[in-house]
Amino acid sequence: MRQDTKVATRTEDFAGAGALPSKGDSPAAAVSIRGLEHSYGELQAIERLDLEVQAHGVLGLVGPSGCGKSTLLELIAGLQQPSVGAVEVGGADNPAERLARCAFMPQRDMLLPWLNAIDNAALALRNRGVRRGAARAEAGQLFKRFGLAGFERARPAELSGGMRQRVAFLRTLVSGKPVLVLDEPFASLDAITRAEMQGWLAGALAADPRTVVLVTHDVEEALYLSDRVAVLSARPGRVVEELSPPAPRASDRDSAVTARSFVAVRERALAALHEGSQ
Amino acid sequence: MKRWALPTLVLAALIGLWQIAASSGALASVLNLEDFLVPSPAEIASALWESRSLLAENAWVTLREILLGFLCGLAAGLGFAVLLRLSGTLRRAFYPLMVASQAIPILVIAPVLLVWFGFGIGPKLVVVALICFFPITVNATDGLRSVDPEATKMMRTLDASRWQVLWRVEAPTALPFVFSGARIAATFAPIAAIFGEWVGADSGLGVLIRQDSALLETARMFAAASVLTAIALALFGLIALAERRIVTWR
Repeated sequence: MRQDTKVATRTEDFAGAGALPSKGDSPAAAVSIRGLEHSYGELQAIERLDLEVQAHGVLGLVGPSGCGKSTLLELIAGLQQPSVGAVEVGGADNPAERLARCAFMPQRDMLLPWLNAIDNAALALRNRGVRRGAARAEAGQLFKRFGLAGFERARPAELSGGMRQRVAFLRTLVSGKPVLVLDEPFASLDAITRAEMQGWLAGALAADPRTVVLVTHDVEEALYLSDRVAVLSARPGRVVEELSPPAPRASDRDSAVTARSFVAVRERALAALHEGSQ
Repeated sequence: MKRWALPTLVLAALIGLWQIAASSGALASVLNLEDFLVPSPAEIASALWESRSLLAENAWVTLREILLGFLCGLAAGLGFAVLLRLSGTLRRAFYPLMVASQAIPILVIAPVLLVWFGFGIGPKLVVVALICFFPITVNATDGLRSVDPEATKMMRTLDASRWQVLWRVEAPTALPFVFSGARIAATFAPIAAIFGEWVGADSGLGVLIRQDSALLETARMFAAASVLTAIALALFGLIALAERRIVTWR
């Protein structure tokens, strides 16, 4: 396993980067969930859920295991249809259009082991019929920007956990979709790499804003990365509390998460989480 | 190379023992047979050399049946596996039948195939292809199904069509399974070809072995069998080599 190269962790590192062109970069790109209920047969996974995400907003979802977080992500991304209620992405509620507007980053990186890093990152372009050379060139720009230069031709097995996660995020970003749906993106990483990656993601989103729905187990991660956090209850999932973290997300991570106001919100989030798990 | 040393030694020792037992007449007397019916490895080697053009001629016939039959079985097996992957209804309808059908003794129905397809290469190809079809189809079907559903979801949100998911994710995932099916098929294909020839043919190693058995030409029978073994090993090796070249990510 190779060592991580230096990771850009602050906004300044992305200065002059210039956002990627993304489809539908308008307020209509927001996600809107109204009166959502979802069940698998007898099992009710989600009940009476209302959530809104502004364009370029980051919504964090925390909740106990099995509270329907992953189901919620699949509903937003158009991979499933809700039993009751409406899910709209950019004003469209049919699944094909939601699918066209969302890019999904699964919990495990799901890099294809037979493709090198750059071909993995360029998958969305290749799927759209962009030629291999052009797709590599486009994805290659991001490699330099995100501290992955020199690893374009490496197979996933040759990359460290943090680098794999970055390639997986690039793959999501390169799709150019306005909405990113992230399912516990850093859950598989060790604590130090995770903290580093959180700072990195905050910087990446500051340079190239997208609407993000982020599921995580980690309350601190949710509060640090999101501008709004919804605490969900145990199954059937509903919103117990919505919180707004105090600090702007792109500020330095270590000082952000130790600030008194941050700690206070975290206490509230943990209390809500505890209450919802009963 | 080291892992080959021990098996090679054992093989050499066995051949050496056989040589001693056969040339001293001990093996023949134990089996209660005439000496000339129990050839030694040296006699088999000389039969191999003396009948080289006859063996080569017939080996070529059998090799063609094996290779063409194998390729037909491979193509049909992969095509069928893809069909079963694309349609859940087809899979539910056919997969259990396919697994059960492996109990059909294909070799035993070879005579029927002879009646249907005549004396040419046809019935041999059908027997070889059928023998190869099952392990390849079952393995390829399992391989295509072993894809992580998360990877499929990821691909779908990255605008992949059904064919792109199949080609970019499912097919590479299934490749190692396909290769292990192909290896099984490769070991059965030569046996199937010989059996096809036994039922009715005018040339091939199977025909030669039968004739020599009637003529009590036991040395040449063993020579023909060793050529067949070499073909089977070569096919197996070729598949293993291809796998190592293609499946580089494991």
